[in-house]
Amino acid sequence: MSHPILTVEDVSKTYDGFKAISDLNFYLFEGELRTVIGPNGAGKSTFFDLITGRAKPDKGKIEFGFEPDSHDLTDLNEYEINRLGIGRKFQTPSVYVEHTVWDNLVLSLKGPRGVFASLFKRQSSTDRDRIADLLKLIRLDGKRDWKAGLLAHGEKQWLEIGMLLAQDSKVLLVDEPAAGMSDEETHRTGDLLISLAGKHSIIVIEHDMTFVKQIARDNPVTVLHQGHVLCEGKFEEVQSDPKVREVYLGRGKHGTR
Amino acid sequence: MSLPATDRPYFRSRHLEFIVVGVLLLLLTVIFPLLNAHGLLSDFTITLWGKYLCYALLAISVDLLWGYTGLLSLGQALFFSLGGYMFGMYLMLQIGMLGSYAKSGQNPNGLPDFMVFLGHTFLPPFWRPFQSFGFSVLMVFVIPGLLALAFGFLAFRSRIKGVYFSILTQALTYGAALMFFRNDFTMGGNNGFTDFKLILGHSLVDNDTGPATMRGLFIASALVLLTVCLFCHWLNGTKFGLVRQAIRDGENRVLFSGYATANFKLFVFVVAAFIAAVGGALFVPQAGIINPDQMTPDKSIEAVVWVAVGGRGTLIGPIIGAISINALRSWATQAYPDSWLIILGLIFLLVVLFLPGGMVSLPGKIKALRKSQGKPVEPAVARA
Repeated sequence: MSHPILTVEDVSKTYDGFKAISDLNFYLFEGELRTVIGPNGAGKSTFFDLITGRAKPDKGKIEFGFEPDSHDLTDLNEYEINRLGIGRKFQTPSVYVEHTVWDNLVLSLKGPRGVFASLFKRQSSTDRDRIADLLKLIRLDGKRDWKAGLLAHGEKQWLEIGMLLAQDSKVLLVDEPAAGMSDEETHRTGDLLISLAGKHSIIVIEHDMTFVKQIARDNPVTVLHQGHVLCEGKFEEVQSDPKVREVYLGRGKHGTR
Repeated sequence: MSLPATDRPYFRSRHLEFIVVGVLLLLLTVIFPLLNAHGLLSDFTITLWGKYLCYALLAISVDLLWGYTGLLSLGQALFFSLGGYMFGMYLMLQIGMLGSYAKSGQNPNGLPDFMVFLGHTFLPPFWRPFQSFGFSVLMVFVIPGLLALAFGFLAFRSRIKGVYFSILTQALTYGAALMFFRNDFTMGGNNGFTDFKLILGHSLVDNDTGPATMRGLFIASALVLLTVCLFCHWLNGTKFGLVRQAIRDGENRVLFSGYATANFKLFVFVVAAFIAAVGGALFVPQAGIINPDQMTPDKSIEAVVWVAVGGRGTLIGPIIGAISINALRSWATQAYPDSWLIILGLIFLLVVLFLPGGMVSLPGKIKALRKSQGKPVEPAVARA
């Protein structure tokens, strides 16, 4: 039995009286690929905000790693949490639009992050090889000198995934990676995420059910609803759960009524 | 397989820009003083251009923050003035027995005239070390640097951004101006410092030797500007340069990539204060005066206009902007003294509306226009 690399217990977060997250319990195990689904406003992005230090919980515990090397994330800010090994891809692709694809990866590459280190650090050939490998992986090696702002939406998504990989984080938080991608690109993204599991522990937030089905396979899927976990289980179990059908999958029917 | 960074076209244009700036400045450093020494260029012109070069330093300081880091500081003239004041203290103490009160025997201790006027009989203790040129030059960096460090630390730690940062910097410079306006601050009150006579033993006012001193100050200004350009060029090529521009375009992504962006912004803010301050220190002996008017917010805003007109986020843009707008001002304040601010406002408006990249983007625009007239427009490729 492996230990949870990420422990979220009894966490609540209220914005102006609105309970975005309420008494949430969540455990991510090492090497796991977890998919989180849930209707709009279920608290998915707030959940990521709490883990990455963008928001502080009102109560509860968020811990990274396990004894004796565990860290309380509620005391840390964004860059400290990132340095511990938690990387995040945002819902809307956020790449540096005025930088080249290559430089986007240079900025993300694992290494010292201080002011003076960045003044005097030279790129080593290992760094360049690593970036070249990543470019091949995300299929942007032909566009290394393009400004990232000129890439297509799907390519930006891939670049941001590449940036996440360059950081070599232990935990990857991936928010809607397939948004704006063609079916073929979506499928390739799924394959990539599956291949990364094991080496990294991954949480994917996604709306596209075909995609969820592809990446979930035998891995657990967590359904969030009104800020807490509605149910957890394999994709088929979750899909056939009457509670889930009511709040999430059933919404389409209610909507068209 | 993988190209070294410098082989990429994007880097080539950066180097080209630096070479152009470097060659032009070197020519300026040599040719202007030579022409002046042979009587082909008036002393007035040399001093005027010397001041332009100091303004260019102020503009670079604004561009470093605004153009490269996305921090619109509306208070850079404060650091320019502080540098000027620190060096001005040295110049004031050099006047000594040459001042008006001393000549009429009312100033046995050789105090600056304004102090005698206010009834002081001895030099305030904090003025004393400014007898030394070295100490004064040190303070040109230390005082503005410390202020930038303290203000920047508080502002960036509290994550003050965008328009809030701009307003705070403006308030800072306004507050400082009010303080310097006060006579009991013993920094000359609203008249500031003026009537300088000597710098390092060389006369600033003598009919025979004055012009040579001014030539020396011009050369010093040009060399400092060249050094600052060299530094900025180097900085642009480092990973620091990449991080800085990433902060401008997407600070969140930088923060979530493990960079403490506050430290990077603080570093840039302090460096920008140094550059503005050294510009101010060189400006004061050439202009012959420094007073709190230089600290009022509109001076800082004017510097932002220079950068916008020249082209922000470039090395050459702020220099072109500072020189051309100030040259225009020198002409317009004589030809149309009442309309200068309207002309300046109009230029700013036109640039914002029709030339957001500033004057440096003109050649590219003309080239693109010619191309589009000749043949169908090619799909955009980022190889520019």
